[in-house]
Amino acid sequence: MDILILLLALFVLSLFLGVELITKVPPTLHTPLMSGTNAVSGITLVGALLAAGNDGSLMMVNILGFIAVTLATINVVGGYLVTNRMLAMFKRK
Amino acid sequence: MNENIVNFIYLIAGVLFILGIKGLTKPKTAVRGNMLSALGMLIAVVVTLLNMNTVDYTFIVAGVVVGSVVGSVMALRIQMTSMPQMVALLNGFGGGASLTIALAEYYTKLGTTPASFAELLNPVVADSSAFGAGPEGTVALVAIGLTVLIGALTLTGSLVAFAKLQELMKKSYGLPGGPIGNALFLIAALVAVALVVVEPGNVAAMGTVVALALLLGLFLVMPIGGADMPVVIALLNSYSGIAAALAGFILGNTVLIIAGSLVGTSGLILTRIMCVAMNRSLANVLFGKMAAGGETIDADEVYAGKVTSAQPDEVAMLLETAQRVVIVPGYGMAMAQAQHAVRELADAMEAKGVEVEYGIHPVAGRMPGHMNVLLAEAEVPYDKLVEMDRINPTFEDTDVVIVIGANDVTNPMARDVEGSPIYGMPILNVDKAKTVVVIKRSLSPGFAGLPNPLFAMDHTLMVYGDGKKAVVEMTTALNQA
Repeated sequence: MDILILLLALFVLSLFLGVELITKVPPTLHTPLMSGTNAVSGITLVGALLAAGNDGSLMMVNILGFIAVTLATINVVGGYLVTNRMLAMFKRK
Repeated sequence: MNENIVNFIYLIAGVLFILGIKGLTKPKTAVRGNMLSALGMLIAVVVTLLNMNTVDYTFIVAGVVVGSVVGSVMALRIQMTSMPQMVALLNGFGGGASLTIALAEYYTKLGTTPASFAELLNPVVADSSAFGAGPEGTVALVAIGLTVLIGALTLTGSLVAFAKLQELMKKSYGLPGGPIGNALFLIAALVAVALVVVEPGNVAAMGTVVALALLLGLFLVMPIGGADMPVVIALLNSYSGIAAALAGFILGNTVLIIAGSLVGTSGLILTRIMCVAMNRSLANVLFGKMAAGGETIDADEVYAGKVTSAQPDEVAMLLETAQRVVIVPGYGMAMAQAQHAVRELADAMEAKGVEVEYGIHPVAGRMPGHMNVLLAEAEVPYDKLVEMDRINPTFEDTDVVIVIGANDVTNPMARDVEGSPIYGMPILNVDKAKTVVVIKRSLSPGFAGLPNPLFAMDHTLMVYGDGKKAVVEMTTALNQA
């Protein structure tokens, strides 16, 4: 049970940190915030890699993993690129 | 690689994500923040790949290539006006990724996968010990079930949101029974999750969770109309984060938990901001209709004989002598792609010594911050974009307000008429200005379905027609003056 309690602690503390951080983001940047957090939620790519890289004894797991890698990569690549595109427009001045 | 090293590097990635979001608290540091966040993602992925033992790279490479191509094409091609659709899709993909990861983990732990579709739902002999010793196995199963549930409903819910924003789906459908129907679906899905926890080998129960959750996502979002989309997108954004954090519990992965909870809280906070800006509870947005309360207000009675219309060149004469002008944009400006034209009009006014600012209502547009991004695209400096609370006290000292494509967020009934369906919603008090110019195609009502008494006020001028064309004509007339 030790590891679970640690993970739970991490989860709860991250929630509080999230509230502190996000409330400081000005409304003018709320759209880039959303696309940026989309990119961050692409961190599921880490889990997807583990599934897709399964040694091949379970074909269905590989296929599910492939779908997961594809979707998560779209989030990571698409999310960071489009956020960068938007933020560059704000920075110009 | 040593597990401790891997987890240490995940910690660094988590810190980079946090610094990335911290960067977003100021426009000046935002680009760097985004890059730090991307760097965190890169090292998390690299260390994961290095740490894998027996690996079949075929599926990994295929997924990364397809995902990168699709992601970059979407990101580089998308128009700024369509950003809500893009975010809706990304929310859905995030949910889909968590869903498939949870299912993959489920089948891996079961140690057997169906050879054909016919076998897909055949029960397998297994107990929770396959998922971890003692309570850990149970917790892993609960996490898998909930990730599947939230991931699947985020996937279909976001696809419906996308279809609505793209105007592929114009009507609103819902389950008979509305909220009660949805609640029954949710309870049935939770019962199926409980069944999986008790009987991990019950593959049919897992299939039921997937099916019910996919349907629930459809039914939850289908009844919700366009102007409520900011709330829906923010909420789905939150769900995609929560699903990622839950997936972290399945895999015992720290960086998934940190990143997922940051995204989850971000979505929830934005949801709350949007609800406050509409003076509605979340339950009301999700399940309610706009209250039909009070006596119905007859549009003809409000408008009859009281509406003054004007031509763009007449407005230009007003603008020329004004000292201070506030531009109030709404979704109509996005529809007309008028953001560049609006900036040029502002330039023309500023060249004549007029002070110009923009008043931005939190729910203007189809997602939080939608108007700000459009105007930033048109190279309007961000310090000219003023939030509702700060712009409202200035309207009394404003000579002309130009409302372009906004309606409900300027409706004085929300402030003055108790019993009106939108009473209590914070609005931009544009009617306090000396003159209000409203650029609009017709007198048709906004999303709330209410007439807007602003249009009939003595100091309001209606300019009918396409927003972009009207603004361009004003600019031309002003430049010639």
